[in-house]
Amino acid sequence: MPMTGLTGSRVRERRLALGMRQTELARGAAISASYLNLIEHNRRRVSAEMLERLAKVLSVEPSALSEGMEQSRIQDLRAAATQAAQSGMPPELDRAEDFWGRFPGWAELLLGQYRRLGQLEQTVAALNDRISHDPHLSLALHELLSAVSSIRSTSAILAETEDIEPEWRARFHGNLHADSERLAAGAEALVAYLDGSEQDEDQAILAPQEELEVWLAARGWHLSELEAGSTPGAAEAAIAMLASGAARSLARDWVRQAQADVARLPLVPFQAAVKAAGGDPLRIAEHLGADVLTVFRRLAFLPGAEQGIVICDGSGTLLLRKPVEGFALPRFGAACALWPLYTALSRPMVPVEAVAELPGPGVHRYRIRAFCAPSFPEGFGGPEIRHAAMLISATPPGPEPALKIGSSCRICPREGCVARREPSIMAEFR
Amino acid sequence: MGRHVLLIEDEPHIAEAIHFILSRDGWSVSLHNDGIGALKKVQDQRPDLLILDLMLPGQSGLEILIQLRAQADLSDLPVLMLTAKGLNRDREAARKAGANLFMTKPFSNAEILASVRSLVPA
Repeated sequence: MPMTGLTGSRVRERRLALGMRQTELARGAAISASYLNLIEHNRRRVSAEMLERLAKVLSVEPSALSEGMEQSRIQDLRAAATQAAQSGMPPELDRAEDFWGRFPGWAELLLGQYRRLGQLEQTVAALNDRISHDPHLSLALHELLSAVSSIRSTSAILAETEDIEPEWRARFHGNLHADSERLAAGAEALVAYLDGSEQDEDQAILAPQEELEVWLAARGWHLSELEAGSTPGAAEAAIAMLASGAARSLARDWVRQAQADVARLPLVPFQAAVKAAGGDPLRIAEHLGADVLTVFRRLAFLPGAEQGIVICDGSGTLLLRKPVEGFALPRFGAACALWPLYTALSRPMVPVEAVAELPGPGVHRYRIRAFCAPSFPEGFGGPEIRHAAMLISATPPGPEPALKIGSSCRICPREGCVARREPSIMAEFR
Repeated sequence: MGRHVLLIEDEPHIAEAIHFILSRDGWSVSLHNDGIGALKKVQDQRPDLLILDLMLPGQSGLEILIQLRAQADLSDLPVLMLTAKGLNRDREAARKAGANLFMTKPFSNAEILASVRSLVPA
């Protein structure tokens, strides 16, 4: 593959580091010194064969001179520049390569700041998501504010009303005492929640679903004790470590489901089928005579599996979220309406596949496969119950057109999105 | 009989404090502590002013307000909305639903008194 741009700069850097003269390198690579000069100034493309010759004389691997790493860095520089241009500070986009080649240290610094900005935006987004949608936090704050309101009004009445009747005075004193107790308990619970420290069940630090996910993540999303002929109580010791009863109940449901999945698709033949089918869930399901959602779960919860999974019910509520790096999953529902998960939910039994891109620093591309399966647990007379899932795998940048999705509207910076439900806070930070 | 205010608030101590403050200011105060049946209370009592909490059991203050404004004879009733959620979107939702004023808890006694007087001048 021909090399361009910064390969020349690297050749020059390496040559100078070795104290080698241009003529010396040119002779060794069987080219003229003037041609080498053009290469070193990035004015000639370098073929793979030429790269090998230069690398040999310079005693390095060709890859050390190639531009794979630079291209990724330059893409990031361009992305940073594009973002800056949106806020009215357009740098010279067409000179990103030149900038990288001439000032690699400054470019790295700029990229570091750009990545840091992205991380901070994600933190802000997560905190905002938490404050806006976390029912536990919202309830705790509401409780505190109500107690503070009552104390403020009552104490002001007692302080400012000179001729207050004794029965009212006694009543308000009682109210003050009760509200101060309530305030103290509420403040303690809130601090415990925000600290994330271990608390009693009735002061649960996390929503039950979140607690389950933290518990599963700590075990690598795989319980090896479930794999071979496990008994119903196999994971009970691990489940007992969960703080809240609701989370323990969810964990038992998860374990039951995982045991059923293992019984249907034992590990060794399943791994063989995954290999034979190239990881395609539909082909695996076909090959093993299994239902597709079982295959999805098995793939996502295999030991060391890198794929993420999101499962929702018929209302679109997220039931389980195994994250993938860079793909922000909202904590409390209200996910992006453009997720293939929801396309699948509206088309039961029809596989949906897409390459999707998330906003943010750098390019975050994912291959997403989604499927929805209806069930009728009460037979013909009963309701249709739907569950949908989507498998998420990071995929490198490529020419394939990508679906532009987000996490949730509130934290998505995409402007002009046709599926937007509410304004984003992210625009305010740009 | 003085001017009449109906207070729909599920926090009993806040309700008692407001009741006391407004009574001292010459208001006749009725209390209701639930979203359910709140609209009927308004229809039955025809108050001069409604103080409505946003978060109520049974039915939210916002839902009650929307239903109330849909009735021609109650469309002009002054409504002061109270909430512990000071988010802009809640404020905007209350405004759109037809609230005349929006107060965020915790408020001072002077603030609530001034608000009530501004909505129903003596």
